[in-house]
Amino acid sequence: MSFFFWGLIIILGGGVLSLFSGHKPKWSSFWGSVGAIIGGSIALVPATKVFFSGQTLSWRSNWSVPFGSFFFQIDAISAFFLIPILVLFIIAAIYGREYLLAYRDRKNLGVPLFFYNLLLAGMMAVVVARNGMLFLVAWEVMSIASFFLVTFEYERPAVRQAGLIYLVAAHIGTAFLIVFFILLAGQGDSLDFDRITAVSPSLTGTLFLLAVVGFGVKAGFMPLHVWLPHAHPAAPSHVSAVMSGVMIKTGIYGLVRTLTLLGPPPAWWCWTLMIIGVTSGVLGVLFALAQHDLKRLLAYHSVENIGIITMGLGVGLLGVHIHSPMLTVLGFAGGLFHVMNHAVFKGLLFLGAGAVLHGCKTSHIDLLGGLSKRMPWTAITFLIGATAISGLPPLNGFASEFLIYLGVFRNDMGEGLNHAIIAIIIIGGLALIGGLALACFTKAFGVIFLGLPRSDHAEHAHETGPGMKASMLILAAGCILLGVFSPLVITSMRHVIAALAPMELSAIQANLATAASSLGYFVKMSLLFASVAAILALVRFLLLRGRSVRQSVTWDCGYARPTSRMQYTATSFAQPLVDLFRFLLRTRKPDSRPQELFPAATTFHTDTEDGSEKYLFKPAFMGIRWVLSRWQWLQHGRVQLYILYIALTLWILLIWKLM
Amino acid sequence: MILLVLVNLMLLGLSRLRTCIRVVAIQGVMLGVLPLILNGWRPEPHLISFSLVIIGLKGIVFPAILIKLLRDLKEHREVEPFIGFGTSMAAGVVMLVVSLAFGAHLPLPGTAASSLVAPVAFFTIMTGLFLIISRKKALTQVLGYLVLENGISCFGAILVEKQPTQIELGILLDVFVAVFVMGIAIFHINREFDHIDTDKLTRLRT
Repeated sequence: MSFFFWGLIIILGGGVLSLFSGHKPKWSSFWGSVGAIIGGSIALVPATKVFFSGQTLSWRSNWSVPFGSFFFQIDAISAFFLIPILVLFIIAAIYGREYLLAYRDRKNLGVPLFFYNLLLAGMMAVVVARNGMLFLVAWEVMSIASFFLVTFEYERPAVRQAGLIYLVAAHIGTAFLIVFFILLAGQGDSLDFDRITAVSPSLTGTLFLLAVVGFGVKAGFMPLHVWLPHAHPAAPSHVSAVMSGVMIKTGIYGLVRTLTLLGPPPAWWCWTLMIIGVTSGVLGVLFALAQHDLKRLLAYHSVENIGIITMGLGVGLLGVHIHSPMLTVLGFAGGLFHVMNHAVFKGLLFLGAGAVLHGCKTSHIDLLGGLSKRMPWTAITFLIGATAISGLPPLNGFASEFLIYLGVFRNDMGEGLNHAIIAIIIIGGLALIGGLALACFTKAFGVIFLGLPRSDHAEHAHETGPGMKASMLILAAGCILLGVFSPLVITSMRHVIAALAPMELSAIQANLATAASSLGYFVKMSLLFASVAAILALVRFLLLRGRSVRQSVTWDCGYARPTSRMQYTATSFAQPLVDLFRFLLRTRKPDSRPQELFPAATTFHTDTEDGSEKYLFKPAFMGIRWVLSRWQWLQHGRVQLYILYIALTLWILLIWKLM
Repeated sequence: MILLVLVNLMLLGLSRLRTCIRVVAIQGVMLGVLPLILNGWRPEPHLISFSLVIIGLKGIVFPAILIKLLRDLKEHREVEPFIGFGTSMAAGVVMLVVSLAFGAHLPLPGTAASSLVAPVAFFTIMTGLFLIISRKKALTQVLGYLVLENGISCFGAILVEKQPTQIELGILLDVFVAVFVMGIAIFHINREFDHIDTDKLTRLRT
């Protein structure tokens, strides 16, 4: 445990040093990132040890706050979440140093570097805190640090708006969590997680719902996800990477931790999680398809992947409910493994998006194009990330989705309509998500990196510096390695699942081994396929060697003067799918086709507003505003009457107390 | 004790600002002596030094600051109440009755030296609040605040054995800073708007 605390101290120390050396950008960025890298690596030691051995490390001390205590513990679940957090933060720190130096003339870099380290420290504390009060404090530190990171470019109105939406959303979530912990506190005399044992059965349902909403806001479950598409494009890219890659996973962590506290699950919990999962997954990817901004698109993909993770958890929970070892193990393993995988590939994709933004000064997809020639490293790493997120073998995204598929396909749920429905929902949902994700990333990669530049921005793109390149390459290698060695990874996840599922370690191991062997076939086949492709490429290379190769334009359909603006745009690529799902997306397409015989210049744009923002949150907030405006006469500006309010309140309290 | 009550009632009825400040000063001096009385005139070093600090601050420093402020502002020397002086006095009597009724019921730690102390302290606090609420001038609000604080330290005097002197001194320091800050704020309000009438500050709200 002392390694963990030393890591925490070094991270915070680096942050504070960078804050105070903010006027010297070089030193500031040095201290900040070195603190994060060294501190993170030190904290990684106990995390990996616990992950592989399954033992728990704990440290406890008194705290004078009611119900509070300084109780930290690293168990297998914490360790499993700590590892991606630390690794991604370390890599993004390398990237962020160079990324932020581009702002050195305009900004004080000490501020974002400090909050970056604070965010890391807060998240580390969230996953190891084992006391309700401590957890809430760590949770708030995390939310507020990330708010200051989101509003880094506060001089842009859109960024301020995004920051505000994020802050409000985060605190709505926290409000639910506070109620959650208050109810828990009413159950016993301590909020230490190991002392919460007997929660009365009448309350568990409420607690579960509170946790789903409270943690769901952070994780980005479908109707609650509104902050993601605003905050991710606004934040600096390495911050989006860690926010999307690991911060939203703390929501999943909280939910998982809650499930371990609340005892055996009734059936409707499983249903709730699965339905949330499928809705978030399908709607997330559909909205992603309709986006024009690369980072916004990636933000919606985070919603989609959170959906997949939640589906996995739902399936695992169903396994617990009906006592099916296979379903339990594969569901939880799939969901949790996807947590790790998503951290890697979504981190990679956001870093890639940052590189594009850095090189082209825009992230509007329809303004880009042809970047594979100008930014080859970014292109190849982005391609790997895109393949992984679409769930194609042998990369890591495939491995975790495959586990969920396998669990549902080889289910021993028995006969019955309910179970058939579940199978159809999960398998159908996953397949739909996979297909749409593939379409979406074909669009994104194809339009951004292939073809010809569509604007000056893309024309003058330049490749990123060595640090940014290196961090993207590490993550790309991570995607491949986690995929190829996925059988090994999932067998080593046995302690995590043992902490979640009420099962014998040996039974878990046996189930994981079967899954690992079927996964192994796929990996071997894909490797075979890849080597065949490599041999063919080699043959092509050998055949062409020594011969002259001429490059020419693509067949231009007989147009005399094709311009780059005649290329397929991202919008037109997505149009068939967007039209197919227009009952969900409600994309607006103002028709401004030229009518005259000699058409004049005209414009066309599509606009997909977020459904839950428009139909759920806007009316709700307008309603609150209306109600509150009824009470505005209370705010009249007379100091004396304000003091009278206070005096009256005190009086009433006093009388009430004396009664 | 009775004197304190009378002083409070007097404050409610006074119309001249300068006299008000003097009366608050007298109240401060009385409070400074109070711990000594309650302790039965046994001179203990910490009590004496404590009384001296209170008398020095409340009896001399605060009134000096306020009177200087009053002179600098060249304001009308009137109190300008929302609630008339007669009504204020009547309200004061009602408050006195209420606080006597309450004072008997308040659960106090330890035994009070005099059964009147708690009700009087209570009455002083209420008078302070009433002054803040019912007068227009920002300066009278500072006065009200001081009276309120006097009530609180009167409560403190009950517990003088139990309560560590540090806490008492801490409160005193708070008040000291507060009077300074409010003095400066009033000075700025006056320079900005040419008056210190809080009634006319309603336009500042958003």
